[in-house]
Parts: sequence; structure tokens; C-alpha cells
Amino acid sequence: MNAVQPAREHRQFTRRLLVAAGLITVLTALLVIQIFRLQVWDHDLYATQSTHNTIVLLPIAPQRGLILDRHGQVLADDQTGFALTITPNKAMHPEETIQRLRRILPVSAEDQQRFNHDLSHARPYQPILLRRNLSPGELAAFAVQRHQFPGVDIQTRTKRHYPYGSLFAHAVGYVGRLTPAEVREEQMADYAGLDSIGKSGLEAQYETLLKGQPGDQEVEVDARGHTLHTRLRNPPREGVTIRTTLDLAVQQAAAKAMIGQQGAVVALDPRNGDILAAYSAPAFDPNAFVDGLSTAVWSSLRDDPGTPMANRFLRGSYPPGSTIKPFVALSALRDKAVAADQRLAGGAYYQIPGTKHKYYDWKPGGHGAQNLREAIRDSNDVYFYQIAMRLGAIQLGNGLAHFGFGQRSGVDLPGESAGVIPSPVWLRRRYGQTWYQGQTVMMGIGQGYLLSTPLQLARATASIANGGKLVIPHMKQTSDSATQPLDFSPEDIAVIQGAMRDAVTSGTGKSLANDLHAIAGKTGTAQVHHAQRNDSGRVLHDTVQLWQDHALFIAYAPADHPRIAVAVVVEHGGHGGSIAGPVARAVIDTYLDTVTTPEVNP
Amino acid sequence: MSWHVRLLKPLRKLDPAIMTGVVMLMLISLAVIYSGSQESIRVVLAQLLRFAIGILVLVLVANTPPERIRAWAPALYATGILLLAITLVAGKANLGARRWLGVGPLTFQPSELMKLALPLFLAYYYSQRENVRHWLSAVTGFVLIAIPFLLIAKEPDLGTAAQIGAAGVFMMWLAGVRRRWFVALIILAAISGPVLWHFLHGYQKERILTFLDPQRDPLGAGYHIIQSMIAVGSGGFWGKGWFNGTQVNLDFLPEAQTDFVFAGFAEEFGLVGVLLLISTYLLIVLRGLVIAYESRDAFGRLIAGTLSLTFFLYIFINMGMTTGILPVVGVPLPLVSYGGTAMLTFMVGLGILMSVHAHPRTHE
Repeated sequence: MNAVQPAREHRQFTRRLLVAAGLITVLTALLVIQIFRLQVWDHDLYATQSTHNTIVLLPIAPQRGLILDRHGQVLADDQTGFALTITPNKAMHPEETIQRLRRILPVSAEDQQRFNHDLSHARPYQPILLRRNLSPGELAAFAVQRHQFPGVDIQTRTKRHYPYGSLFAHAVGYVGRLTPAEVREEQMADYAGLDSIGKSGLEAQYETLLKGQPGDQEVEVDARGHTLHTRLRNPPREGVTIRTTLDLAVQQAAAKAMIGQQGAVVALDPRNGDILAAYSAPAFDPNAFVDGLSTAVWSSLRDDPGTPMANRFLRGSYPPGSTIKPFVALSALRDKAVAADQRLAGGAYYQIPGTKHKYYDWKPGGHGAQNLREAIRDSNDVYFYQIAMRLGAIQLGNGLAHFGFGQRSGVDLPGESAGVIPSPVWLRRRYGQTWYQGQTVMMGIGQGYLLSTPLQLARATASIANGGKLVIPHMKQTSDSATQPLDFSPEDIAVIQGAMRDAVTSGTGKSLANDLHAIAGKTGTAQVHHAQRNDSGRVLHDTVQLWQDHALFIAYAPADHPRIAVAVVVEHGGHGGSIAGPVARAVIDTYLDTVTTPEVNP
Repeated sequence: MSWHVRLLKPLRKLDPAIMTGVVMLMLISLAVIYSGSQESIRVVLAQLLRFAIGILVLVLVANTPPERIRAWAPALYATGILLLAITLVAGKANLGARRWLGVGPLTFQPSELMKLALPLFLAYYYSQRENVRHWLSAVTGFVLIAIPFLLIAKEPDLGTAAQIGAAGVFMMWLAGVRRRWFVALIILAAISGPVLWHFLHGYQKERILTFLDPQRDPLGAGYHIIQSMIAVGSGGFWGKGWFNGTQVNLDFLPEAQTDFVFAGFAEEFGLVGVLLLISTYLLIVLRGLVIAYESRDAFGRLIAGTLSLTFFLYIFINMGMTTGILPVVGVPLPLVSYGGTAMLTFMVGLGILMSVHAHPRTHE
């Protein structure tokens, strides 16, 4: 580098610095001119606007859409009640006002907390909610002393209400208080004036439809912030009413049958995928969420060992146990792994050729040689161990995938689980373990890593009931109920249908035999992972409830022209037929008894 | 050396002119915030605490020699890019934008780091490059700017991306990249404007349309601009007086303490106050330019010049949007708006200016 260069560089730098300084001068001049224009030139104009200015735009909240059951029964609505509000710039000292108010009506610590939060976020002329649901007595008590409370007003406010409480807690879901993080910047205007948002279930799924569009009104405020008068600018667009496929009576029957149990019930119309009932037990009261959950309620829900917040029908992953057998059998028939009338050797246990481990049948001593129809009827484990080995894990998994196992059903609810169809590749990826053949054997009776949600089970059951079509389960009524035809022959399906009917008339589901409606079904008992077993596979300590197996039952009815398909899971319920079966029957009977009367269109 | 001399020694690195400006801005900030917060002592103390931390950082940076700051530049830039990339993939989404990185309860906006890291790294690059007029110098510069620009624009945070891009272009200008590149850049920007329009988000388009015609939706999208202009205009020559700003106190003006703090100030203190404020800013900016001019060291003068220009740019954008000559973008008014992160960035930047000034180095 020569010695002249730094000097030349610096000269150039100085020149460019001067250009930059010139730019600064020009821009500053621009700013000063604009500010001069505003503050001196047009000052009178803006000064007038500032004293009259005073039109404030306040949003008008739209009415949220109703959620109805299939017959028009209201499952979620907006309830109007009397509420007490405080307008900060009218009530001089909100704190002190609340203290005085406490002498005539109760204000809980939570109400106060929420009020303080809102107070720090609201404009001073906006009324802030203090108490909802004033009783007539409180209303009267306040009205008498009203003059002592400037800035305190009675307003009507709507609030989401779930008339059936916990009944539809997981299906309809609930709305909760809107938090800023939930709304994108560009959507802020869509939530003006709204303080709640669908958080789960249908309320979340159809939020955009249910919500409606806020309108707005011009409110004229004087220089001290008092409201002079209001003028409507845009009326709000009310939310859309969602008519669901749910059936109140069926849901009630499911809930009643599940009292004191943990588990889930799903009932579908196998012809179109309408969800008639979807219940997860235990449930919770969604009304508690509407106004923001109190800490006490929240921690009691969170710490409840029964996990009432968990949506078991949608997200609960259970080993399907023997309820998987009809689907395994149908796959085997299709893939010619076995013929329908072919008898396979029975016995007390099965051994993989060349190994020592014994896979026992649930029935001590086993069933003897049986064909496929008998094997489903009696839930012959040894038969299905053999079938599974004939198919192999991958082919068996592919067969089950046809019925929708291992994949989301596409139901119109947020957060669905996909369940699991295990395979050697999956096992390596997920747990880094090597597949051994015993896992194929267990898969044949729905044990091991195979997991299904109750909704998936109901959907798969529907596909047998309707003669081989996979439906897309849905809760919102739709004219477009697409079904996907499955690649199974009608003859094979008829064999399975017959076997499932047998299971109820003379097999493992016999306890349901004297039914009002011809039910076809399949019991299942899913082994709970940490249950301890003795050498022959018997559960030790089976009096301890947590170690008891899950009871499952899948069914459809009437057997000849099915109109309802049901899946029931009772956690730690023990034997499927005796515990889960009656739940399924209660649901089926309720539906088939009431549906014979023509549907009412309100 | 006695203890108080030792304690005061770091203060000798401070530049009296800039410090005067900072203290005046601090007083203005506290005054406006006190009035705008309905006289909340708590809010004022919080802002005062931020100033205290900011000045501490400023002193620290001012006592760090420019060579050491320069040595950090590549690492800072690389870290900044990495954090921006992580933010895009795993950042916290808030109101539809991923701009924050969270570590436990702490959140951090990597674009804030980039506001300093990019100028530093460019200064590092250009100060060691012998032939700045070579085309490669220009292309490298554009690439170094484009990476953080695109990452931040993708968040999406177009306002910040544009500011960081502008800082980079200032740097290239001062470094002596040939003029034709800037001409080309201006032409390119003019041509691509209509094309870029299609890639903007709905709310971004809305902001620009609103800027062009605030009366399109006076109580909706145009509300901010209109209320802000009323606040400034109604202030008049002398202002309405401290605590008497109705626009702010009756809450017609949203964000009166953060991005729109200037409107509240102009309403209460009028043109007199505004001119005082602008003079204070110019004092700092011009002093920065003088420091750049006086520096004998390539890195020092480049970073000092660019930081001064960028500081001015922020002032111009903020006052410009408040008075209706620029569209609304979320830019705080340097050292006056309520809030901590941006203030810290400005303090570090001013600290670098002082460091350049306090550590003269003659070019060998």
C-alpha cells in the first residue's frame, strides 16, 4: 500500500460523510416543516379536532353461534345475565368503590383479580366487568344504593353456557378467555370486543364460523371522557349455528353407562360417518372454563388421577385387544393366509416353531381346532397367533391400515391421535429395538405396541357394518359424507359379520344375547402394561384395580341393516364382554329405540 | 491511584457532548412517561432503572478499545445469523410473527443484536479490504446485508429488516463502494416495488394504503395516524403543558408511551419542545459524524459514521410515522420510548462512538 492512499481514502470518506450530512439536513428540514405545518399552520384545525375529537370507535361483539345436536337440542348457547361494571374515569377510585360494593354484594378474589388485570389494559371510558350473573336479590340491593356508586353500572352481558355441563365436555369443548398470544396481528380486528375464543373440541374446530364478525359503533366522548351518545356504524355479523350429528339421548345413555368408570364411548352411523355420541369419562364441567378457570379448579382438574381433561375417545391410545380379531381375520382372508372354513389346530398355547416360549390362550386349556368364524366367536387366541405368523408383521400391519388404524380419521376435532401400527422399521426408529417374532404373535390379538383410539375402533367397526366402506367420522352435519370403498370381497365381509353376530349370540359376548336389537360385536380385553402375570399368563393381584385389564367392546346393530356402530373402552374394567358390553348395549338400545320416531326439524 | 480516581477513570472516556444529549433525552423520556402513565411512579422508576443499566453498559463499551470490538465483529455477526435462523425455525410465535427466541422465561429478539452486528462486521470487512472500488467489495457487502435482511423479513418484520438493510447501505457508502452500485440499487428498488407488493402480508399492505390515505378507515386502520397527527397538531407552538395532553390522557392515542411517545411529547410541549428534542438528537448525531471525521482509523470512522447515520434514521422514521410522512412501522423513538431492549442497543451504539473517540489511533 503506498503512503498516499490513506490520505486519498480519507478525503473520499470526508466527501461521502458530507453527502450523508446533507441527507440528514434535508430529512430534518422535511420533518421540521411537517411539524411546523401541523403545530403552527394547521394548529387551529387540529386543536378543534382535539377538543371535539372525541369520537371513539368501540367494537360490538357478535353473538356466538349455537351448537345443536342432530335434533336441534341446544348443546352450547350464549346466556344473557346481569353484570356489574365499573367505568374507571367515572368511578374515582375503583379500589375503594369495590370495597364499598362488598358491603352489599359479594365480590370474589378472582373477580377482583380479573378486574385489576382488565383495568390496566382498558381505556378509561370503557366499562370493565366486575361481577357476572347477579342474582335478583343482589340486583335489587344494588339498585337501591346505586346513587352512592358513580361509575358503577348494571349491564347485560352474554356468556357461553353449556346446558348439559360435563356431558359434551370433550366433544363440544369449551371457550375460554382470549389471550393476546392466541390471535395473530392481522386477526386482531376480528376479535375486537370479544373476550373468549374456542379452546377445544367443536368450539375450537369451528371457531371462525361460530365467532361471527364484530361490528362497531361510534361513541362520542366529551373532553372529560364522558359518553355523550353512540351511533351504530357496522352491525356485528352473528356467528353461524353449528348443527352437529350428535344425539343428546345417545350421549346421555353413554355417560350414564360410564358413571364411575374411566374410558370412552364412540357411536357412529356406519352409513355416513355421523358421530352420534362421543364421550370420555371422567369428564369435567366446561362452564368452569368460560370466565377463566380459577386456580383451585384448575389444579384439582390437573391433579385428578382420573385425568378428566384428557380426551380419551380422540387421543386415548389403547391396545385394542381381541377387538382387533375381526380385522386381522378379514386381512387374512383377503391375503389368502387362511380359508374361512379351514380349521387351525387349537390347544392351551402356541409356540413359534423352533422356540420354547409359550403363548397362552385366554381360556385355560384352549378351544381345540376351530375355523375362522368359530375362532372369532370364542376369541380363540391360539388361532390368531397362527394367523398373525402366517401374515407376518408387515402384511398384518398393512391389512389393519385399510381399516384406518395407525392414521388420523380426519374427524372434525382438533388434536386427534393417530394410534400406532407397529412394524420392525417403526420399532427401530422409535425405540431403537429389534423386532422379534413374538411381537408379531402378540399383534394378532391386539397386544404389544399396537394402539388404537376409541374413535378409530368405532370407524373400523363401521366399515364392517356397512359392508366394507371406510367413513370419515364427523360431528358437523354435512351433505357430503364421502366413504372410501375398501378392497375386501363381500363374501369375506359377510363371514366376519356372521362371526361377530355369533360372538354376541353364543360366544364371548353372550351376556348381551337377549338383546332387543340384533347386535353383532366383539369383546376385547387389553392387557395393561405393568400388570404382573404368572407363568401361564394369569394376572396376579387382579383385585387391584390399576392392574386390571382394559375392557373393550365393539358392536353394531341391527345386524342385518346396521344403523349404529359403537366402540367402548373401560379402563381397568376387566373382562370386555361383561363390563364394556352393557355400555355398548345401552347406547345402541337408546339410539335404535328413539330413532324410529321421525326426526324433528325445529 | 486513590480509589475515587480509579472509580472515576472509566468516566473519562465518555464524550461530554453525547452524554449531555443522553441525559437530556433521559429527562424528556421520564417527563413524558410520567405524564402518559397517569403519573405512575412505578413506570417512571422502571424506565429510570433501564437508563441506569443502559448507561452502565455505555460506560463499559466506551472503555473497550475499538480493536477489541473489531475483533469480536465476525463472531457477533455469525452468532446473529445463527440465532436468526433458529428463531425462524423454533422461535416463539407471537401475534403471528416469529421474532423472539426464548430461553426459559427470558425472551430475546436476535434482530436487535443484528442492528449492531451487521455494521460492525461490514466495518471489519471494509477496513481490512484494500481495493474497495473493486466490484467484489460491493457484491460481498450486498450478500452480507442480504442474509440478515432476508431472515428478518421472513419473520416477518419488514420494518426492522429495512432499517438493518439501510444501515448496511450507509456503511457501504461511507466505505467508498463505487457510486454506480447505489444508483443501481435505487433503480432496482424503484422497479421491484410493484413486484414486492404482491409478497406483502395483508396487514402490511393495509398499513401502506392507510399511510397513503388515513381517511380510508378513520376509526380503524387509519386511527393511529389520525390521532397521532391530532396530538401533534393540537400541541401548537407552546404545547398544552405537562399533564394536559388530552389525546394521551383520554387514551385517544394508543401506544402513547412506546412507539407513539413523540406524539404525546409534541402535544404537551409544542413546537418549542419538539425543536429542543430535535436539536438534542442532532447534537448527538452531528457529534458522531465529527468523531467519524476525526478518526484516523478505517474501522473507527466507518463504524462511527454508520452508527450516527443509523441513529438519525431511527429518529426520522419514528417522527416521520408519528407526523404522517411515513407509514406506521414499529420503531421506538431512541432513548425516549418506554422499553428496555431497544434502549440497550442504542446505548451500546453510543458506547462504540465514544470508544472510537476515546481511543485515537494514528494510521501507520
